[in-house]
Amino acid sequence: MQTAQNSYLVLVLLAVAAVGFAAAPLAMAWAWARFFSPQKPGKDKNAIYECGLEGKGDAWIHFRSEYYLYGIIFLVFDVETIFLLPFAVAFTGLSVGAFVAMIVFLLLLVEGLVWAWRKGILTWK
Amino acid sequence: MIEAGLKNELQKQGVYVTSLQELYNWGRANSVWPLTFGLACCAIEMMAASMARFDLARFGAEVFRPSPRQADLMIVAGTVTKKMAPLVVRLYNQMPEPKYVIAMGACAISGGPFKQGYNVLKGVDRYIPVDVAIPGCPPRPEALLHAIMTLQEKILNQKLTGPDRPRHLKAEVEGAYPVPVYGRHDLEPPNNPALWQPPAIKR
Ligand code: SF4
Repeated sequence: MQTAQNSYLVLVLLAVAAVGFAAAPLAMAWAWARFFSPQKPGKDKNAIYECGLEGKGDAWIHFRSEYYLYGIIFLVFDVETIFLLPFAVAFTGLSVGAFVAMIVFLLLLVEGLVWAWRKGILTWK
Repeated sequence: MIEAGLKNELQKQGVYVTSLQELYNWGRANSVWPLTFGLACCAIEMMAASMARFDLARFGAEVFRPSPRQADLMIVAGTVTKKMAPLVVRLYNQMPEPKYVIAMGACAISGGPFKQGYNVLKGVDRYIPVDVAIPGCPPRPEALLHAIMTLQEKILNQKLTGPDRPRHLKAEVEGAYPVPVYGRHDLEPPNNPALWQPPAIKR
Protein backbone atom coordinates (compact mmCIF):
# COMPACT_ATOMS: atom_id res chain seq x y z
CA MET A 1 0.00 0.00 0.00
CA GLN A 2 2.77 2.31 1.03
CA THR A 3 4.64 1.97 -2.26
CA ALA A 4 1.51 2.56 -4.30
CA GLN A 5 0.91 5.86 -2.51
CA ASN A 6 4.48 6.93 -3.12
CA SER A 7 4.25 6.25 -6.85
CA TYR A 8 1.22 8.53 -7.09
CA LEU A 9 3.10 11.17 -5.13
CA VAL A 10 5.74 11.14 -7.86
CA LEU A 11 3.06 11.82 -10.43
CA VAL A 12 1.73 14.75 -8.42
CA LEU A 13 5.24 16.17 -8.10
CA LEU A 14 5.76 15.78 -11.82
CA ALA A 15 2.48 17.56 -12.56
CA VAL A 16 3.39 20.44 -10.26
CA ALA A 17 6.82 20.72 -11.88
CA ALA A 18 5.31 20.63 -15.37
CA VAL A 19 2.81 23.36 -14.61
CA GLY A 20 5.51 25.42 -12.95
CA PHE A 21 7.81 24.97 -15.91
CA ALA A 22 5.16 26.39 -18.20
CA ALA A 23 3.79 29.04 -15.87
CA ALA A 24 7.08 30.47 -14.55
CA PRO A 25 8.27 32.04 -17.85
CA LEU A 26 4.78 33.37 -18.49
CA ALA A 27 4.66 34.91 -15.01
CA MET A 28 8.13 36.38 -15.51
CA ALA A 29 7.11 37.87 -18.84
CA TRP A 30 3.99 39.31 -17.27
CA ALA A 31 5.94 40.78 -14.35
CA TRP A 32 8.51 42.25 -16.71
CA ALA A 33 5.86 43.93 -18.81
CA ARG A 34 4.02 45.11 -15.72
CA PHE A 35 6.87 46.56 -13.67
CA PHE A 36 9.78 47.41 -15.95
CA SER A 37 8.86 47.84 -19.56
CA PRO A 38 6.58 50.84 -20.07
CA GLN A 39 3.64 50.16 -22.34
CA LYS A 40 3.30 52.39 -25.35
CA PRO A 41 0.05 51.75 -27.12
CA GLY A 42 -0.71 54.03 -30.03
CA LYS A 43 -3.04 54.56 -32.91
CA ASP A 44 -0.91 52.56 -35.32
CA LYS A 45 0.03 49.86 -32.86
CA ASN A 46 -3.56 49.12 -31.93
CA ALA A 47 -4.72 49.27 -35.52
CA ILE A 48 -5.68 46.20 -37.51
CA TYR A 49 -2.72 44.56 -39.25
CA GLU A 50 -3.22 44.94 -42.99
CA CYS A 51 0.34 44.42 -44.25
CA GLY A 52 1.07 48.06 -43.47
CA LEU A 53 -1.96 49.49 -45.18
CA GLU A 54 -4.71 51.20 -43.28
CA GLY A 55 -7.71 48.99 -42.70
CA LYS A 56 -10.67 50.00 -44.84
CA GLY A 57 -14.31 49.41 -43.97
CA ASP A 58 -15.76 46.78 -41.73
CA ALA A 59 -15.09 43.06 -41.65
CA TRP A 60 -18.76 42.36 -40.81
CA ILE A 61 -20.26 42.73 -44.26
CA HIS A 62 -22.99 40.78 -46.05
CA PHE A 63 -22.04 38.46 -48.84
CA ARG A 64 -24.56 38.04 -51.64
CA SER A 65 -26.24 34.67 -51.43
CA GLU A 66 -26.49 34.60 -55.23
CA TYR A 67 -22.86 33.67 -55.36
CA TYR A 68 -23.69 30.47 -53.54
CA LEU A 69 -26.22 29.48 -56.22
CA TYR A 70 -23.70 30.26 -58.95
CA GLY A 71 -21.21 28.04 -57.17
CA ILE A 72 -23.67 25.16 -56.87
CA ILE A 73 -24.64 25.31 -60.56
CA PHE A 74 -21.02 25.46 -61.58
CA LEU A 75 -20.21 22.48 -59.43
CA VAL A 76 -23.08 20.41 -60.86
CA PHE A 77 -21.91 20.94 -64.42
CA ASP A 78 -18.31 20.47 -63.43
CA VAL A 79 -19.12 17.01 -62.11
CA GLU A 80 -21.27 16.31 -65.15
CA THR A 81 -18.25 16.73 -67.43
CA ILE A 82 -16.50 13.98 -65.52
CA PHE A 83 -19.42 11.64 -66.29
CA LEU A 84 -19.57 12.79 -69.90
CA LEU A 85 -15.97 11.86 -70.58
CA PRO A 86 -16.28 8.04 -70.18
CA PHE A 87 -19.66 8.31 -71.92
CA ALA A 88 -17.99 9.87 -74.95
CA VAL A 89 -15.12 7.37 -74.93
CA ALA A 90 -17.42 4.33 -74.80
CA PHE A 91 -20.04 5.89 -77.07
CA THR A 92 -19.74 3.53 -80.07
CA GLY A 93 -20.05 0.40 -77.95
CA LEU A 94 -23.05 1.49 -75.87
CA SER A 95 -26.42 -0.24 -75.80
CA VAL A 96 -29.60 1.75 -76.43
CA GLY A 97 -30.62 1.44 -72.78
CA ALA A 98 -27.36 2.95 -71.57
CA PHE A 99 -27.66 5.75 -74.09
CA VAL A 100 -31.21 6.59 -73.01
CA ALA A 101 -30.18 6.53 -69.35
CA MET A 102 -27.38 8.96 -70.03
CA ILE A 103 -29.65 11.29 -72.01
CA VAL A 104 -32.18 11.26 -69.15
CA PHE A 105 -29.37 12.18 -66.75
CA LEU A 106 -28.31 15.04 -69.03
CA LEU A 107 -31.85 16.29 -69.49
CA LEU A 108 -32.42 16.28 -65.72
CA LEU A 109 -29.45 18.58 -65.24
CA VAL A 110 -30.41 20.79 -68.17
CA GLU A 111 -33.88 21.08 -66.72
CA GLY A 112 -32.34 22.33 -63.51
CA LEU A 113 -30.37 24.90 -65.46
CA VAL A 114 -33.49 26.06 -67.28
CA TRP A 115 -35.28 26.38 -63.96
CA ALA A 116 -32.43 28.47 -62.53
CA TRP A 117 -32.29 30.60 -65.63
CA ARG A 118 -36.04 31.29 -65.57
CA LYS A 119 -35.83 32.25 -61.92
CA GLY A 120 -33.29 34.86 -62.95
CA ILE A 121 -30.45 33.49 -60.87
CA LEU A 122 -27.95 33.77 -63.71
CA THR A 123 -28.40 37.55 -64.05
CA TRP A 124 -26.10 39.29 -61.61
CA LYS A 125 -27.93 42.18 -60.04
CA MET B 1 27.96 45.16 -10.27
CA ILE B 2 30.94 42.83 -10.27
CA GLU B 3 34.10 44.09 -11.91
CA ALA B 4 35.46 42.37 -14.99
CA GLY B 5 38.82 41.28 -13.50
CA LEU B 6 37.28 39.54 -10.52
CA LYS B 7 34.75 37.88 -12.77
CA ASN B 8 37.52 36.58 -15.00
CA GLU B 9 39.43 35.28 -11.99
CA LEU B 10 36.35 33.49 -10.70
CA GLN B 11 35.67 32.02 -14.09
CA LYS B 12 39.12 30.43 -14.13
CA GLN B 13 38.21 28.69 -10.89
CA GLY B 14 34.99 27.45 -12.44
CA VAL B 15 32.66 29.92 -10.79
CA TYR B 16 30.38 31.76 -13.17
CA VAL B 17 28.69 34.93 -12.03
CA THR B 18 26.31 37.04 -14.00
CA SER B 19 23.88 39.87 -13.52
CA LEU B 20 20.21 39.91 -14.30
CA GLN B 21 20.88 42.45 -17.00
CA GLU B 22 23.41 40.23 -18.73
CA LEU B 23 21.15 37.22 -18.51
CA TYR B 24 18.20 39.13 -19.87
CA ASN B 25 20.18 40.66 -22.71
CA TRP B 26 21.75 37.31 -23.52
CA GLY B 27 18.33 35.78 -23.93
CA ARG B 28 17.13 38.71 -25.97
CA ALA B 29 20.16 38.82 -28.25
CA ASN B 30 19.88 35.15 -29.12
CA SER B 31 16.24 35.21 -30.11
CA VAL B 32 15.91 38.16 -32.44
CA TRP B 33 12.91 37.35 -34.60
CA PRO B 34 12.80 39.27 -37.87
CA LEU B 35 9.70 40.36 -39.70
CA THR B 36 8.97 38.61 -43.00
CA PHE B 37 9.48 41.68 -45.03
CA GLY B 38 11.31 41.93 -48.34
CA LEU B 39 11.07 44.86 -50.69
CA ALA B 40 13.36 44.09 -53.61
CA CYS B 41 16.35 42.05 -54.75
CA CYS B 42 18.11 42.25 -51.38
CA ALA B 43 15.29 40.13 -49.96
CA ILE B 44 16.54 37.21 -52.05
CA GLU B 45 19.81 37.37 -50.16
CA MET B 46 17.87 37.60 -46.91
CA MET B 47 16.00 34.43 -47.85
CA ALA B 48 19.27 32.74 -48.74
CA ALA B 49 20.65 33.72 -45.35
CA SER B 50 17.77 31.99 -43.61
CA MET B 51 18.21 28.77 -45.59
CA ALA B 52 20.42 25.79 -44.86
CA ARG B 53 23.58 27.01 -46.54
CA PHE B 54 24.03 30.14 -44.44
CA ASP B 55 21.74 29.04 -41.62
CA LEU B 56 20.57 32.13 -39.80
CA ALA B 57 19.22 29.73 -37.17
CA ARG B 58 22.69 29.58 -35.63
CA PHE B 59 22.02 33.07 -34.33
CA GLY B 60 18.48 32.38 -33.19
CA ALA B 61 17.11 34.69 -35.87
CA GLU B 62 15.57 32.21 -38.29
CA VAL B 63 12.01 32.62 -37.05
CA PHE B 64 10.69 35.07 -39.62
CA ARG B 65 7.34 36.23 -38.29
CA PRO B 66 4.49 37.01 -40.68
CA SER B 67 3.04 39.58 -38.29
CA PRO B 68 4.73 42.64 -36.82
CA ARG B 69 3.14 41.81 -33.46
CA GLN B 70 5.59 38.97 -32.95
CA ALA B 71 8.71 40.47 -34.53
CA ASP B 72 11.68 42.15 -32.89
CA LEU B 73 13.67 43.08 -35.93
CA MET B 74 12.78 44.73 -39.19
CA ILE B 75 15.23 43.95 -41.98
CA VAL B 76 14.56 46.63 -44.58
CA ALA B 77 15.75 44.48 -47.47
CA GLY B 78 15.45 46.47 -50.66
CA THR B 79 14.34 49.62 -52.35
CA VAL B 80 11.90 51.69 -50.33
CA THR B 81 9.73 53.51 -52.82
CA LYS B 82 7.85 56.58 -51.74
CA LYS B 83 4.64 54.65 -52.14
CA MET B 84 5.89 51.97 -49.77
CA ALA B 85 7.47 54.27 -47.17
CA PRO B 86 4.28 54.98 -45.14
CA LEU B 87 3.64 51.25 -45.00
CA VAL B 88 7.16 50.59 -43.76
CA VAL B 89 6.78 53.18 -41.01
CA ARG B 90 3.35 51.84 -40.05
CA LEU B 91 4.68 48.29 -39.82
CA TYR B 92 7.51 49.56 -37.66
CA ASN B 93 5.01 51.29 -35.40
CA GLN B 94 3.04 48.09 -35.11
CA MET B 95 5.98 46.09 -33.83
CA PRO B 96 6.18 45.70 -30.05
CA GLU B 97 9.10 47.16 -28.12
CA PRO B 98 12.04 46.56 -28.02
CA LYS B 99 12.45 46.68 -31.78
CA TYR B 100 15.44 47.04 -34.04
CA VAL B 101 16.03 47.91 -37.66
CA ILE B 102 18.68 46.65 -40.08
CA ALA B 103 18.94 48.66 -43.30
CA MET B 104 20.13 46.06 -45.79
CA GLY B 105 21.74 47.19 -49.01
CA ALA B 106 22.49 50.42 -50.77
CA CYS B 107 18.82 51.05 -51.51
CA ALA B 108 17.67 50.98 -47.91
CA ILE B 109 20.63 53.12 -46.85
CA SER B 110 20.51 55.80 -49.51
CA GLY B 111 18.35 54.85 -52.48
CA GLY B 112 21.24 52.99 -54.06
CA PRO B 113 21.20 52.70 -57.85
CA PHE B 114 17.83 54.43 -57.89
CA LYS B 115 18.93 57.44 -55.88
CA GLN B 116 18.11 59.79 -58.74
CA GLY B 117 14.68 58.29 -59.17
CA TYR B 118 11.72 60.51 -58.48
CA ASN B 119 9.87 57.77 -56.65
CA VAL B 120 12.55 56.26 -54.42
CA LEU B 121 13.10 57.17 -50.80
CA LYS B 122 16.72 58.13 -50.33
CA GLY B 123 17.35 56.16 -47.19
CA VAL B 124 14.93 54.57 -44.77
CA ASP B 125 16.66 56.39 -41.90
CA ARG B 126 14.66 59.47 -42.87
CA TYR B 127 11.64 57.97 -41.13
CA ILE B 128 12.70 55.19 -38.75
CA PRO B 129 15.81 54.78 -36.58
CA VAL B 130 18.29 52.36 -38.14
CA ASP B 131 20.48 50.32 -35.81
CA VAL B 132 22.74 48.54 -38.29
CA ALA B 133 23.35 49.42 -41.94
CA ILE B 134 24.84 46.89 -44.38
CA PRO B 135 26.44 48.32 -47.51
CA GLY B 136 26.39 46.34 -50.73
CA CYS B 137 24.20 45.79 -53.74
CA PRO B 138 23.15 43.25 -52.74
CA PRO B 139 25.07 42.43 -49.57
CA ARG B 140 26.06 38.78 -49.36
CA PRO B 141 24.26 36.63 -46.79
CA GLU B 142 27.47 36.67 -44.76
CA ALA B 143 27.09 40.44 -44.50
CA LEU B 144 23.60 39.97 -43.11
CA LEU B 145 24.98 37.48 -40.61
CA HIS B 146 27.56 40.05 -39.62
CA ALA B 147 24.83 42.63 -39.19
CA ILE B 148 22.90 40.26 -36.93
CA MET B 149 26.05 39.73 -34.87
CA THR B 150 26.60 43.47 -34.66
CA LEU B 151 23.03 43.89 -33.51
CA GLN B 152 23.48 41.16 -30.91
CA GLU B 153 26.50 43.02 -29.58
CA LYS B 154 24.44 46.17 -29.38
CA ILE B 155 21.66 44.38 -27.52
CA LEU B 156 24.15 42.79 -25.12
CA ASN B 157 25.50 46.22 -24.19
CA GLN B 158 22.15 47.86 -23.53
CA LYS B 159 21.52 49.00 -19.98
CA LEU B 160 18.27 48.18 -18.29
CA THR B 161 18.42 51.01 -15.76
CA GLY B 162 19.97 54.44 -15.50
CA PRO B 163 19.69 57.53 -17.64
CA ASP B 164 21.31 55.94 -20.73
CA ARG B 165 18.88 53.07 -20.96
CA PRO B 166 17.47 52.56 -24.45
CA ARG B 167 14.40 54.30 -25.78
CA HIS B 168 11.96 51.48 -25.20
CA LEU B 169 12.51 51.52 -21.44
CA LYS B 170 11.84 55.23 -21.09
CA ALA B 171 8.17 55.76 -20.40
CA GLU B 172 8.12 59.37 -21.54
CA VAL B 173 9.58 58.69 -25.01
CA GLU B 174 7.00 58.03 -27.67
CA GLY B 175 7.25 54.55 -29.23
CA ALA B 176 5.71 55.35 -32.60
CA TYR B 177 7.11 57.51 -35.38
CA PRO B 178 4.88 59.73 -37.49
CA VAL B 179 3.69 58.07 -40.68
CA PRO B 180 4.26 60.26 -43.75
CA VAL B 181 1.36 60.92 -46.09
CA TYR B 182 1.31 61.10 -49.89
CA GLY B 183 1.65 64.74 -50.84
CA ARG B 184 1.28 66.46 -54.15
CA HIS B 185 4.89 65.98 -55.25
CA ASP B 186 6.58 64.14 -52.42
CA LEU B 187 5.93 62.50 -49.11
CA GLU B 188 4.90 64.92 -46.42
CA PRO B 189 6.99 65.53 -44.46
CA PRO B 190 9.92 64.50 -46.73
CA ASN B 191 11.79 63.30 -43.65
CA ASN B 192 11.29 63.03 -39.92
CA PRO B 193 13.19 66.08 -38.63
CA ALA B 194 13.75 64.47 -35.25
CA LEU B 195 15.66 61.61 -36.90
CA TRP B 196 17.31 63.04 -39.97
CA GLN B 197 18.15 66.50 -41.23
CA PRO B 198 19.38 67.23 -44.74
CA PRO B 199 23.07 68.10 -44.62
CA ALA B 200 23.79 71.83 -44.72
CA ILE B 201 25.54 72.74 -47.98
CA LYS B 202 28.46 75.12 -47.52
CA ARG B 203 29.26 77.31 -50.52
S1 SF4 C 1 20.76 47.44 -52.90
FE1 SF4 C 1 20.95 46.52 -54.91
S2 SF4 C 1 20.34 44.39 -54.56
FE2 SF4 C 1 19.60 45.56 -52.82
S3 SF4 C 1 17.53 46.13 -53.34
FE3 SF4 C 1 18.85 47.79 -54.00
S4 SF4 C 1 19.28 47.35 -56.14
FE4 SF4 C 1 18.50 45.48 -55.23
